[in-house]
Parts: sequence; C-alpha cells; structure tokens
Amino acid sequence: MVFGDRVLWDGLDLDVQPGEFLAVLGPNGSGKTTLLKVLLGLLPLSAGSLSIAGAPASRGSSSIGYIPQQTSADPQLTLRGRDLVGLGWDGHRMGLGRRRLRRELVDEVLAAVGATEYADVAVGRLSGGEFQRLRVAQALIGDPAVLLCDEPLLSLDLSHQRLISTLIDLRRRAANSAVLFVTHEINPVLSLVDKVLYLVEGRFRIGTCAQVMTSEVLSELYRTQVDVFAVRDRLVVVGAEECAHHSSDRVTL
Amino acid sequence: MRAPQLRSRHAVSILDRLFTFEGTWDLLQLQFVRNALLAAAVLGLIAGLLAPLIVARGMAFAVHGTSELAFTGGAAALLLGIDVGLGAVGGAVAASLVFGLLGMRQRERDSVIGVVLAFGLGLGVLMLALYEGRSANKFGLLTGSIVSVDSTNLLVLGVCAALVIATFTIAYRPLLFTSADPDVAAAHGVPVRLLGAVFAVLIGLTTALAVPVVGAVLVLAVMVTPGAAAAQVTSSPAVATVLAIVFAEVGLLGGTLLSLGPGLPISGYVATLIFLCYVGCRGVARFQRRVGKAAFA
Repeated sequence: MVFGDRVLWDGLDLDVQPGEFLAVLGPNGSGKTTLLKVLLGLLPLSAGSLSIAGAPASRGSSSIGYIPQQTSADPQLTLRGRDLVGLGWDGHRMGLGRRRLRRELVDEVLAAVGATEYADVAVGRLSGGEFQRLRVAQALIGDPAVLLCDEPLLSLDLSHQRLISTLIDLRRRAANSAVLFVTHEINPVLSLVDKVLYLVEGRFRIGTCAQVMTSEVLSELYRTQVDVFAVRDRLVVVGAEECAHHSSDRVTL
Repeated sequence: MRAPQLRSRHAVSILDRLFTFEGTWDLLQLQFVRNALLAAAVLGLIAGLLAPLIVARGMAFAVHGTSELAFTGGAAALLLGIDVGLGAVGGAVAASLVFGLLGMRQRERDSVIGVVLAFGLGLGVLMLALYEGRSANKFGLLTGSIVSVDSTNLLVLGVCAALVIATFTIAYRPLLFTSADPDVAAAHGVPVRLLGAVFAVLIGLTTALAVPVVGAVLVLAVMVTPGAAAAQVTSSPAVATVLAIVFAEVGLLGGTLLSLGPGLPISGYVATLIFLCYVGCRGVARFQRRVGKAAFA
C-alpha cells in the first residue's frame, strides 16, 4: 500500500479465518486506519488483491460490520439509540424501507447487547460505554461475516472495555465471524486474540501473540531496544512508545 | 400628568395597528391573498421537512449565508432587469453548493461562510443603491411581502416542493445517516459528499423561495427555528420532522393571516410566532426533565 511517495506496507499477506480474532497493533501513522479503509472499500490497494467472505472489497459491503472509536454526539441531536442501530441495517438503502422487519431486528440486537433500557434516549445523552454498546448492536444488525473494529475501547473505563470486548467475543463465537481489531493497547483483548498483525513504519510481523509480542520481534520492528514483560496476565511493552513519538525528529550525526 | 397618558395612548395605538382583523375577511376573498396563503403553506411544508436535518448537520449559519446570497442574486437581477426570483434562486443554489461542499468541519466552514456572506451582502446593498426603480421592490427582498407571490411563483414553489418531497421519499434514510452519523455512514458506503451536495441544493432552492415571502433577513426563522424547537421536545427523527412542519405552518400561515389586517410585512409576525413555538418547546423540555428526574428519584 503506497500513500503518495510513502510506502505504508508492502508484501502483506494476511489470511483471517472465520471465527478468528486478529489484533492490529502499531504506533500512530503506521497504516492501521488505512488498512481499515482498504477493507471497507473506501481506498483501493496500490497493488495486490483482497477478498472478504469470497468477494473483492467493495463500498458498503453487507458482509462487514464496522465499530468505530467512541465519539460523543450533541445532546440536542434528534436521534435515539434505536435509530442509530436501525441506520446500521438500512441507513445506506434508498426507498421507504421495511419498517416492521427493521423494528424486530433492532429490538433483537438491542436486547443482545443489553441496551433495551435506554433505546429511546437521545444518543447525545448517553455515557461512552452505553454509546459503544449501541455501536456493537449497529454493527451486528447486518449479520456480518467480518467485524472491523477501529479502537472501539478507546476512552472507555475498564469495566466497559471488558463489556464491549466480551460482546464482540460472544458474537464471533456464536456466528463464527472473523474479527479484525485495531488497537494500540493489546491488554484488554489479550485473552481473546488468536493472531497479531504488528505494523511499524512499513515493517510488519504476523503471528500468534507469543510469536509477535516478544522483545526480539518488537526490537526488530522498531529498530531500537524494546522490552516486553509479562506481568500476571498483562503484557508491558517498554521503549516502543518513546520510539514512535520521536521517530519523526530523529537527528543523524 | 399629560405626558405619560399620551405615551400610553401612543402604545395602545401601536398595538391597535399591529393586531387588527379589520378587513381581513375581505382581503381573504382576493386571489393574490389566497396565492400568498397557499405559498406560505407549501413553504411551511418543505421548510419543516428540511429543518431537523439542517439542525442535525449544524448548518444554521450556512442557511443564513445562503439567504443573504439569495438577496445578492435578487438585487443583481433587479439591477439587470431580469426576474428577481430567478436571480435569487441562482445566488442561493450557487452559495449552498459551495457551503455544502465545504465539508463537515464546523469551524473552517463557519469562517468561510462569514467571509462570503459579508461580501455578498455588501455587493447586494451596492446594487440596490444603483437600482432606480420602485423602492418597494428593494425593501421586499430584505423583509418579504405577500404581494410578491404571483402564479409563476406558485408554480415554481410547487415544483420545488415536489423535488424536496421526492428526494426525501427516496433518500431520507441515507440523508439522516450522513447528517447524524457521518463516519459510520461513509464506512457503510453511503456517498456522503454527493448527498451533502444534494441536500445543499434543496436548501438553496427552498431558501430562494422563502426570500420573497419572509425576506432574506428572516429565512432562518422558517428554516432553522422549527427544527431547533422540535429538537427540544423529542429525540425521535420522525416526530421531530412532524413537529417542525407544524411549527413552520403555524408561523407562516398564522403570520400571513395576522399581517393582512394591519397591512404590515409578514416577516415580523412569522418570526414571532415561530419564536414563541421555540420558547414554548424549551419550557416543555424543562418540565419534561424535571418530571423525568422526579420519576427516577
């Protein structure tokens, strides 16, 4: 994938099976968001091929459910939780729509994520965790084969991080959906991850958590000394953040 | 002791002038008055349809800018001796397309609108000063007048209303999606920019049609206030749309009727009635919140 004269990645050969949970990690600007845009069909690949559930990537593919970062809406916005979820089902379709079927589906997914109670409240009045539960419902309503998650846990408190990642995990087990989970913090989903894609400045490594999240591999990717420690059931990465922050103003003597 | 008495008599006479129904019935028999009422009703319908989405997209200032440029277009047409309505439509659609394509980043958009608005308004004032025809024509552009509604206007208004209603029937959900949740709408493959341009054209057309009736200065009253008022009392998009149409109709029809007797411009009446709807809605919202809190406690 090339962006202007910058090569974001090259020779990336990635295969995600149904039911597999892939974490995409890497510092800012390493191309995580671009990867998502390619998968959503919003950007073309510079070279190579891509297939999602047997079909090439296309804008508005119904096999993809998309969960974005938590954002807050204006409290005055005239949109209830059930409207937000309903838009995930037929918001892209022209015409009058099938209201009764939509209502049934909306009620079903709202119950599945435990959001029935506040389904009629304006989305701008909800907490971040409540909002993200609606986002999960909005992605699930289309019954997708693949879930694309763009840092869905960002700025949530710990209990909501756990709740949202559990909901995503439940879905992939129940429907055998593949999950592509972009994040800069692996610990909240560490127990769910089958495979890791780590991107750093055009270099990348794919493998299981045990293969990729090691001091050797990350040091090689960042081209500086990075240490990975296992502390109980958490991974602590030391050295990567500093490197990523200063990479743009490095001075060569 | 005479001075205050005089003053109060003066105040009473102003009130008498503002609210009189003398001759209203006779006027209602006239064709042009009926045209005006019909125009007000159609305008209320499409303005009410658009208003909630205008509010959701944060485009109030863009609507104001569009209406000022409809004024510029109208003034240019007056000066050049072509149809004023045509000039207004040209100015408004051009402006709304530019504003619609500016994207969703509010701060950047607002400053560009401010820059273009000020320039357009200045240009319009200059062109009006150069115009040597009837001064009522000039004033009408700024404050509106029902006399300006003739059968051609009605036809154009009808066509535009049909356009707005057809677009809403076909593309309401994608429009709502891009207005309320633009990032996810884009991820779902909704053509966000295209719909932004379509919506901008609808705003431009409606604004241009509203300018001769309520005047360039008061377009906001019919195209934004009904949506803002509805958003106070409901969070359902469908209910908000119905309420916005009701508020716009109350303002436009009520304002037209109230203005007949006194023979004054309708804009003041329209703006006041819709403003009262807004204030009422805020009151209801306060009450709802208090009751809601009590229910939770």
